[in-house]
Amino acid sequence: MLKQMEGSLGVAQAIALCRPEVVCAYPITPQTHIVEGIGALVKTGELENCEFINVESEFAALSVAIGASAAGARAYTATASQGILYMAEAIYNAGGLGLPIVMTVGNRAIGAPINIWNDHTDAMSVKDAGWIQLFAENNQEALDLHIQAFRLAEELSCPVMVCMDGFILTHAYERVDIPTQAEVDAFLPPYEPVQVLDPADPYSIGAMVGPEAFTEVRYLAHDKQLQALKRIPEIADVFKDVFGRESGGLLHPYHADDAETLVVALGSVNGTIKDAVDTMREEGHAVGSVSLCSFRPFPLAELGDVLRHAARVVVVEKSLAPGLGGVVASNVRMSLRDSPTPVYTVIAGLGGRPITKAGLERVIKDAIADDLPDVHFLDLETDVIARELERSRDTRRSGPTAENILKDLASVAGNRGE
Amino acid sequence: MFQVRIHGRGGQGVVTAAELLSIAAFVEDKHAQAFPSFGSERMGAPVVAFCRIADREIRSREPVSHPDALIIQDPTLLHSVDVFSGLNKQGYILINSRRTFADLGIDDFVAKFPPDHVCDIGATELAVKHVGRPVPNAALLGGFAAISGQIQLSSVEHAIMEKFPGAVGAANVKAAQEAFAAVSKIKEEA
Repeated sequence: MLKQMEGSLGVAQAIALCRPEVVCAYPITPQTHIVEGIGALVKTGELENCEFINVESEFAALSVAIGASAAGARAYTATASQGILYMAEAIYNAGGLGLPIVMTVGNRAIGAPINIWNDHTDAMSVKDAGWIQLFAENNQEALDLHIQAFRLAEELSCPVMVCMDGFILTHAYERVDIPTQAEVDAFLPPYEPVQVLDPADPYSIGAMVGPEAFTEVRYLAHDKQLQALKRIPEIADVFKDVFGRESGGLLHPYHADDAETLVVALGSVNGTIKDAVDTMREEGHAVGSVSLCSFRPFPLAELGDVLRHAARVVVVEKSLAPGLGGVVASNVRMSLRDSPTPVYTVIAGLGGRPITKAGLERVIKDAIADDLPDVHFLDLETDVIARELERSRDTRRSGPTAENILKDLASVAGNRGE
Repeated sequence: MFQVRIHGRGGQGVVTAAELLSIAAFVEDKHAQAFPSFGSERMGAPVVAFCRIADREIRSREPVSHPDALIIQDPTLLHSVDVFSGLNKQGYILINSRRTFADLGIDDFVAKFPPDHVCDIGATELAVKHVGRPVPNAALLGGFAAISGQIQLSSVEHAIMEKFPGAVGAANVKAAQEAFAAVSKIKEEA
């Protein structure tokens, strides 16, 4: 049923339709309305046979989900930003144990400096913890990916993170089609665990493993991700049969076939990128884009097949590997390792800085002119950088960078009479 | 695509206003997208929210920098925030105030716009009268329906009742209706 609603509350309804048995959350910032919405559905009885557990921290939230999942329950939690860091150890445990937990990440930046806004640093900080990571382009896809995530997670016995841009999607009202319970039941069978802690048949999960077997366990985690590369598009196909719409899959090309310049990105910025592609196509530029839905597993071959025909690739990403450049871009380069195609890295939208269509068009045109550095920071205020570098050069005790820059911006605004 | 930017202060229901507007557009089978400007929310701090309305899917995720309409829920923002930034030259301005544009110090600016595109109305007083609380958002949406013609009053009423079922919604609908009538009259006279 079509509804106009907030992304977070839409996801809460989708989660409820998946019949989770344990939902645990630490309900303060950084959190979204998702767990609040699920809590309300449990309280009213609309979501039956589900225990909602308020825990004392994000570490506890995922630890409880691990325990619940290991005991055979369908388990869900949600977090973002510093919350991910606080549960980092448990994230690796869930991945290493192969427990099919589904977790929403309402993507946000990580401090310091303190910043509550959107970027992808949180998800990237745990990209190699053995979880599948799917990125939603809009709220409909966010809903749909959660439904697919439970099936994928449970088939493979592997945890899945569904990433949706904090605020930009979680707090946006837009139309979403909420499926019926019958549709979700037809798509998602009851959870049948491959391993379960059962007092009647006791064994241990997560024992000490020495050098004699650790590599093999890790290899199998890698193999599971490779299996997911096959299952993700298959599950998206089944989803289309049941729900009648395309959602999920490994990647979504847009005007990619004849594109000389291809833009690659994760998440909601793909919407603005598509608008930029349309405008630039009207101006005669052969531009296209690829929305990467699956970041882990990374679809090296599938992405390579799409990108190989382009003259250049521009990766727009909301994450930065200081000392290297782009996180996503370095993965994209691997998909082109047998090709000389240049891959430009554009770091954009950090800490919630808006990524505008005008800014994207500018940077894509610079790439077309091959007038772009290897790593470019979109809309970077170079004057501000220069003044701070000068301050730190001139004075040993120049003070904290973030506060210096805020002071600098305030004094520039003051001089302009703002 | 019709883009609306709503300025106000924390506690005035600015974000809710954008959400209600998007529901009202949805009721008319339009695509709509509402989102806040993601500040650190606190009472009294300047807040901005956006709503886009279109006949097809809205893909853009950037803030509205070139609005077709402005709703200003608190006139004290007029001289502290650049509320008019990027406004379409044929755009609409609706201000929550009972003072004249001259009193507000914006008569010269407002004169550049079509006279039936600008209006101020005492929405806070209407809210106090009908709802008993100084939350002007619903009344302003009634006023917005009248001045812009982008949305039917009945759709605004539907949106208010969907989000606030019961007595609170009904009281806000009354405030929206009175604002709609008042702004319609001002628009006719302009």
